[in-house]
Amino acid sequence: MDLINNLSLGFGVAFTPINLMYAFIGCMLGTLIGVLPGIGPLATIAMLLPATYALPPVSALIMLAGIYYGAQYGGSTTAILVNLPGESSSVVTVIDGYQMARKGRAGPALAAAGLGSFFAGCVGTLVLAAFAVPLTEVAFKFGPAEYFSLMILGLIGAVVLASGSLLKAIGMILLGLLLGLVGTDVNSGVARYSMDIPELTDGIGFIVIAMGVFGYGEIISNLGMPESEREVFTADVKGLMPTMEDFKRMVPAVLRGTAMGSILGILPGGGAVMAAFAAYTLEKKTKLHPGEVPFGQGNIRGVAAPESANNAASQTSFIPLLTLGIPPNAVMALMVGAMTIHNIQPGPQVMTSNPQLFWGLIASMWIGNAMLIILNLPLIGMWIKLLSVPYRWLFPAIVLFCAIGVYSTNNNTFDIWLVGLFGFIGYVFIKLGMEPAPLLLGFILGPMMEENLRRALLLSRGDWSVFVTRGLSASLLAVAALLLLIVLLPSIKKKREEAFVED
Amino acid sequence: MNIKSQKDFFSGLLFTAVGLTFAWGATKYNMGTAARMGPGYFPMLLGVLMAILGGVITFNALVVHTQDGDKVGGWAWRPLVFIIAANLVFGLMLGGLPSIKFPAFGLIVAIYALTFVASMAGEEFNLKEVAVLATVLAIMSYLAFILLLKLQFPVWPAFITG
Repeated sequence: MDLINNLSLGFGVAFTPINLMYAFIGCMLGTLIGVLPGIGPLATIAMLLPATYALPPVSALIMLAGIYYGAQYGGSTTAILVNLPGESSSVVTVIDGYQMARKGRAGPALAAAGLGSFFAGCVGTLVLAAFAVPLTEVAFKFGPAEYFSLMILGLIGAVVLASGSLLKAIGMILLGLLLGLVGTDVNSGVARYSMDIPELTDGIGFIVIAMGVFGYGEIISNLGMPESEREVFTADVKGLMPTMEDFKRMVPAVLRGTAMGSILGILPGGGAVMAAFAAYTLEKKTKLHPGEVPFGQGNIRGVAAPESANNAASQTSFIPLLTLGIPPNAVMALMVGAMTIHNIQPGPQVMTSNPQLFWGLIASMWIGNAMLIILNLPLIGMWIKLLSVPYRWLFPAIVLFCAIGVYSTNNNTFDIWLVGLFGFIGYVFIKLGMEPAPLLLGFILGPMMEENLRRALLLSRGDWSVFVTRGLSASLLAVAALLLLIVLLPSIKKKREEAFVED
Repeated sequence: MNIKSQKDFFSGLLFTAVGLTFAWGATKYNMGTAARMGPGYFPMLLGVLMAILGGVITFNALVVHTQDGDKVGGWAWRPLVFIIAANLVFGLMLGGLPSIKFPAFGLIVAIYALTFVASMAGEEFNLKEVAVLATVLAIMSYLAFILLLKLQFPVWPAFITG
């Protein structure tokens, strides 16, 4: 069995002391930022990217991946105990999780979230390992036209599944694509939109955009809210073990959530947040057992399903990245950046040219999930203490880490001036209800899209029909069009809006 | 005319303005043809698309009814100014600004400056508390970034280290 061989190769890489240590650091940091409200995995990965320069690529990616799925665990703790989503994918966990905590059942809620996440993480990792090889083979059939169409599909997928206004999300993608073009054009050598600033001929660093928009923008908007809205409440957690009754309810919910999350994670544009929403909606559609607490009042299924889904999705969203080189969401877009920094071109060739990296990363995810369950259940007390750290101590530290991270990417103060500008822009985005995640995705895909469009049209001698005459490309575009059409249909549009305002 | 959604109205205008700016910028580069795209082709395409999209969003904001007018709401000037300022002060202290002959003070001074300015963005400001916080952050950053990760930072003021 190839799968077994590959996985044993992966475990061989992941089980070295150094990689175990980085997996642990990643999970630890991930939980930390997941627990702390107001700072997400996106900003953290951006902050820590420069710190990984000195590491070997495998260790760097293992650590960054750990931050991503670790944040999924940590976010649920805050959601349950403080009624705040510590991380955006825990938004739905808040609904039933906090109600459980208020009824003195914080322990079982945390256990349901932790165990569900662990199970889902293991399944997600297996799905990732199983699908990686066949999908890579498909990827080798892709020409520039297919890549271009796939990116269109990915971007459309991202806006369709994103919350909020569809048109504005498309606008943010376009803005991201345009910002991605700043800098020297690889084909002609012309420095575009560099305004004669030498630093801009290299383009805008994605760390600068991520930190400015996600780091500073969020902090400013958090501080703009009255203090009472950020107030921290620490519930007493005693007795982690769910009852037999709880287990009976939990297991099917975890299974459904895992399946939902695994599928939605693979889809371009899908990701942890969408998976959690979908899983919760699905649970609400199922019939309540006699004597079961209704949803919204502390139903354990309302915690187990979305938590399993977001964790499964965060694992399977690595599939498009590792096999096709196309990031399905903003965090994965950052991972592209991380790989490029380490001279690895994401795409189907990673598996053959760097099998250690590929399988090592996958194996480390399973190990990471095992570490996280230990970090999050027996050590829960530590994280609860952390929740009582006042925000006024926290935010200067976050500002500092952003500034240090930005400076250390190029050892250049110009990036610091630029991140200030993007911080302001990020706050404007928040005020105008413009979602920044599609922007980052567009920013990463911008140069890739232009390059593939160029090549496709060069090969077809300027004939645009090449995108619809090649079968694979045509079907990708058809799926994209279908997605767009579905969301624009009035009946579905209404449903979609309902799903996102969810209580 | 009545704006039905303030947020959408202004974001639409913003998209149109930025789209037009990029499209205008693209005219300065060689456009080329579809088969041989010049550097101006793709940005022109995107810029025009974005300007049109912005127009649609603005139009919708005038027509489609929303419940509460989708107000932009007040600006949090205090955090906005102090957070951005903290960031700029950090850059200034860390690297200096040769064009106005401002000397580089290095990382440690920069951390103190950043912490003090950033803390003013919050609702309460306690000098002693902020000083302790800045000291903790300075020591931790020195250990983590300079000793452990060996990042190349100017740590001390340039006129001391020479």
